[in-house]
Amino acid sequence: MLVFRYDKSFDGLLTAVFDAFNRKSFPEMLIGMNDIEPLFATEIFDVMTDDEKSKRVWSGLKKKLMSVSQNMLAYVWLSEEEGSDMLIFRYVKKVFENEQSVEMNFADDDVLGVRNTAKRVNTEKHRMIEFVRFQKAADNLYFAAISPDTNCLALITSHFRSRFADQQWIIFDTKRSYGFHYNLKTISEVTFENDILFKDGRLDEKLMAEDEKIFQNMWKAYYKSLTIKERINPKLQRQHLPQRYRKYLTELQD
Amino acid sequence: MYPVKEEVIDKLKILAESAKYDVSCASSGTTRKSTPGGIGNTAGWGICHSFTEDGRCVSLLKIMLTNHCIYDCAYCINRRSNDLPRATFSVSELVELTIEFYRRNYIEGLFLSSGVVRNPDYTMERLVAVVRDLRNIHRFNGYIHLKTIPGASEHLVQQAGMYADRMSVNIEISNEENLKMLAPEKDHASVFKPMQFIQQGVLQSREERNKYKYAPRFVPAGQSTQMIVGATSETDKDILFTSASLYGRPSMKRVYYSGYIPVNSYDSRLPALKQPPLVRENRLYQADWLMRFYEFGVDEIVDDKFPMLDQEVDPKLAWALRHPENFPVDINKADYHDILRVPGIGVKSAKLIVVSRRFARLRTTDLKKMGIVLKKAQYFITCNELSAANVNETSPTYVRSLLTQSKVNKKQPHTSQTTLIFPE
Repeated sequence: MLVFRYDKSFDGLLTAVFDAFNRKSFPEMLIGMNDIEPLFATEIFDVMTDDEKSKRVWSGLKKKLMSVSQNMLAYVWLSEEEGSDMLIFRYVKKVFENEQSVEMNFADDDVLGVRNTAKRVNTEKHRMIEFVRFQKAADNLYFAAISPDTNCLALITSHFRSRFADQQWIIFDTKRSYGFHYNLKTISEVTFENDILFKDGRLDEKLMAEDEKIFQNMWKAYYKSLTIKERINPKLQRQHLPQRYRKYLTELQD
Repeated sequence: MYPVKEEVIDKLKILAESAKYDVSCASSGTTRKSTPGGIGNTAGWGICHSFTEDGRCVSLLKIMLTNHCIYDCAYCINRRSNDLPRATFSVSELVELTIEFYRRNYIEGLFLSSGVVRNPDYTMERLVAVVRDLRNIHRFNGYIHLKTIPGASEHLVQQAGMYADRMSVNIEISNEENLKMLAPEKDHASVFKPMQFIQQGVLQSREERNKYKYAPRFVPAGQSTQMIVGATSETDKDILFTSASLYGRPSMKRVYYSGYIPVNSYDSRLPALKQPPLVRENRLYQADWLMRFYEFGVDEIVDDKFPMLDQEVDPKLAWALRHPENFPVDINKADYHDILRVPGIGVKSAKLIVVSRRFARLRTTDLKKMGIVLKKAQYFITCNELSAANVNETSPTYVRSLLTQSKVNKKQPHTSQTTLIFPE
């Protein structure tokens, strides 16, 4: 069995595609630099990530795919799901091997797989847009913590940039320990050495704006009053608002 | 900004309690771009920000300006004869609340309603004042849904429409006799007149915008309405025919159905219900979807012979069981419109089928992976392989029993199975 080893970056993956077509042999498995080599590997090929090669593959895809489909590939990568790199690899191989477009053949496992995985990322992207809860700090900066299953943070920044163009904000992914800061002009990546300023995603009260606690309490009170007791339906609530998204929601904190 | 006082929390609680029975929550149907110096934008697709314990979404700050009311409608929690805490927001309090909530990403905008104080026009003027402040002074670009007070005059509706994204007037009861019985101060004219004003405004602005690109928009997300289900004697047929005729109008976007919740159980004009008719409400929404997205005519869903929707099966399946002559549908050949009518196939999967079958003939395994509910669909389709017993080879009654049986089995444990009995 042929195995490709690469640096687990998106550019590395595209370079792997380039190399495979170049040597006319395709891997059955992709592994990372520190992964254990599988016992039954007959050959392990080391991919050297090369921006030139990856750019060529990406622009080649651009010629063959609708932009929607190409975006889906990027979404699949952000899913960080087990095997999503191999899924992208197989999909891209099919795209280049077929004269005609395969994008709409949803009876094909890989085409359907790309669509469904991209859909999961897209769903979570929308959920993050819904569930971001800003806390106002004393210096007028709005802070929010999220911890999505997929690496979708970069996909939501443009929404918040145009919506809250006149307020500074930070959205921070506590699972992956990075965030984005909007400073009224540009968005840049930020990291913190520790979470002492926002334990469990909650801004330290000393840092909060004067009226922040009041508005949090108002929102909690409002949320509580909205429930119609006669219709209580935890199953429906869970379906729309799964447990794992609840920890940073102001209205559900005590 | 004005200083916030703790007492606003009490008002907020009271007025949210009073507003929550209105079911509309949509924040979709229009876009607003962010403007320099302004606050926010409107995305075009609805965004729900939270979900309450009853599973309903919180998208807009759904609130009343006041819950004082001169009317005494039997179905309404805010009727004047009810002894409940009353409160009134000042315009500035509500504006500040909206903006502060919005900036924290709690909400998409404001859904403002009000009890009627003094007279409809006075009340409507107060509502307009809030949205005018939001739009003109604070340059708020979030979503605004404004309730129109039944009986409000045309010029106020015209003003409101310049600021609101969506407006709504609730019919509440689709039969006028029943409406008058429960709400003696209201009649259908007081509801349909403002609806007409909104529609005129929408059409007029559409025409002007055809000529001048920057002519002002008027209620760009259209209007909606709501009907209460189960408080009076209307059949599903009455309700759905009303909806269908409303959807025939150019600006009507949504009709909501609200299962009657006995908020005033002491009133003998109202039925005594143990719990709200939630299944019936759900079936009505499904029927509504069939009309809006599945190309069904209202007379195909309900008619004189079947004036009530089947509670046991969904209206699409019910229709299919009444019309076995239309099945089975060949997945690999049939028209999109026919595939759409198969129970268990939704709009998205019907589209997937149509684009995918150009590459290869589809098999049931393909359908399953695409997300088709084969449990239902299997009796109504043929595809590349031998089909399961379809609705024509067996009978609609048999298929029905198969599809409803499993639900019962899930709830009740197996009693037929032999159990091991150990002597004590």
